[in-house]
Amino acid sequence: MRNARVKKPHVVVTFSSLDDAAECEMAARDQGIPGRIIPVPSEISAGCGMAWAAPAEAEAALRAALAANDLPHEGVFTVDLYA
Amino acid sequence: MAIYFDNAATTMRKPPEVARAVAAAIDSFGGAGRGVHEASLDAGMTIHKTRKRIARLFNAPDAKRVVFGLNVTDALNSVIDGLLGPGDAAVTTAASHNSVLRPLFRKQDREGVDVTVVPIAPDASLDLAAFDAAFTPATKVAVVTHASNLTGDVYDVAALARIAHAHGALLVVDAAQTAGLVPIDMQAQALDVVCFTGHKSLYGPQGTGGAVVAPGVDLPAYREGGTGVHSYDRRQPAMYPEHLEAGTPNAHGLAGLSAGLDYIESKGVDALHEQVGALADRFEAGVRTIPGVTVLGGHATRERCGIVALNVGGVDAAIVADALARDYGICVRAGAHCAPLMHRALGTERQGAVRFSFSSFTAEEEIDEGIEALRAIAGELR
Repeated sequence: MRNARVKKPHVVVTFSSLDDAAECEMAARDQGIPGRIIPVPSEISAGCGMAWAAPAEAEAALRAALAANDLPHEGVFTVDLYA
Repeated sequence: MAIYFDNAATTMRKPPEVARAVAAAIDSFGGAGRGVHEASLDAGMTIHKTRKRIARLFNAPDAKRVVFGLNVTDALNSVIDGLLGPGDAAVTTAASHNSVLRPLFRKQDREGVDVTVVPIAPDASLDLAAFDAAFTPATKVAVVTHASNLTGDVYDVAALARIAHAHGALLVVDAAQTAGLVPIDMQAQALDVVCFTGHKSLYGPQGTGGAVVAPGVDLPAYREGGTGVHSYDRRQPAMYPEHLEAGTPNAHGLAGLSAGLDYIESKGVDALHEQVGALADRFEAGVRTIPGVTVLGGHATRERCGIVALNVGGVDAAIVADALARDYGICVRAGAHCAPLMHRALGTERQGAVRFSFSSFTAEEEIDEGIEALRAIAGELR
């Protein structure tokens, strides 16, 4: 039997367009930022049903990547997600 | 094996990676943008990368404004329908394909849009002064072909854009024959919309194509439906590319198009242009030595894409094309080529023309075989 899932703080980036989510995914992969595309959590709302989530420790690197690559996004949130 | 000289219709020989990419996509892709599982994300990322490749190919200002559709005709319909309405005027040229003419004439018939067709001279040239004179204060857009699909003559779209802009109009380019084969730079040439198809010189599958829309050009959604984003909005979302892409996209086809674009990037458009142009020059030089053969268009003085259209004396073009196919296994296209006004301009409305069109997969030996086959047929039909 698997252990119970535990929520941990994550940084979540939301988008208005699928294309923006894809661009974020490419930039994150290129720069080795840990994370992945997830469905938008119900705690937040966004135009696009996809968000990009990373462990909270990666927030600084992620924000830097968003700025450096001029990646369009709707918002950056901290949300407790199951790891 | 057949000799395939009908690349202006569809390139039949593709880089082998194209078929492999389509096959892999069919076996692994989910619906792009419809889920966050691997199958869906793979499809979405492939489309995203293809969009960026198209933007690079045309030096488009914004990759998000590359929108995919069925083909160039689909793109032209959506753009022409969106840009023109009652009280507007449009300009085109007699070199246009029916993919431009018929959407314009539909707007004329249904909404009273004033459509002016600028003549093409018998040598296939376009008089820029006549093009300039066709504009009125009501002209909102000029829709022009980059290259005649009949003769292969390439028109100076940068000059046409300057003229259109001087009149406050937009320039929409039909790049069906030139995308991937003739350099296109949307920023340097100041092009407002470029419509392209995937299955010709981009070496992609049929059922791929689209439009590249410059920032500032306002187009209404041609279709509305599912996008995977803003699902609770009553109407189509405003942001690109979803604004002009409704329904599940052809990710399988776009995977193949991406492989075709990879081939073009590896070769370079300039090199492909030179290679295919040299094949066309070799063919034209050869057929010009055949008594009775008349080559259409003005290739001696203007830029060309990989097309040579000709006739043999007064013989019906369909008879020549049929003899080439049946007796020599050579695939060409006869008839009207969906370019009725161009045939009228060249005086070939009744006879049609035999169109030979080449690609980077055409061998010089095939060119020479084609010349000799035509020489033999011309000798028999005289």
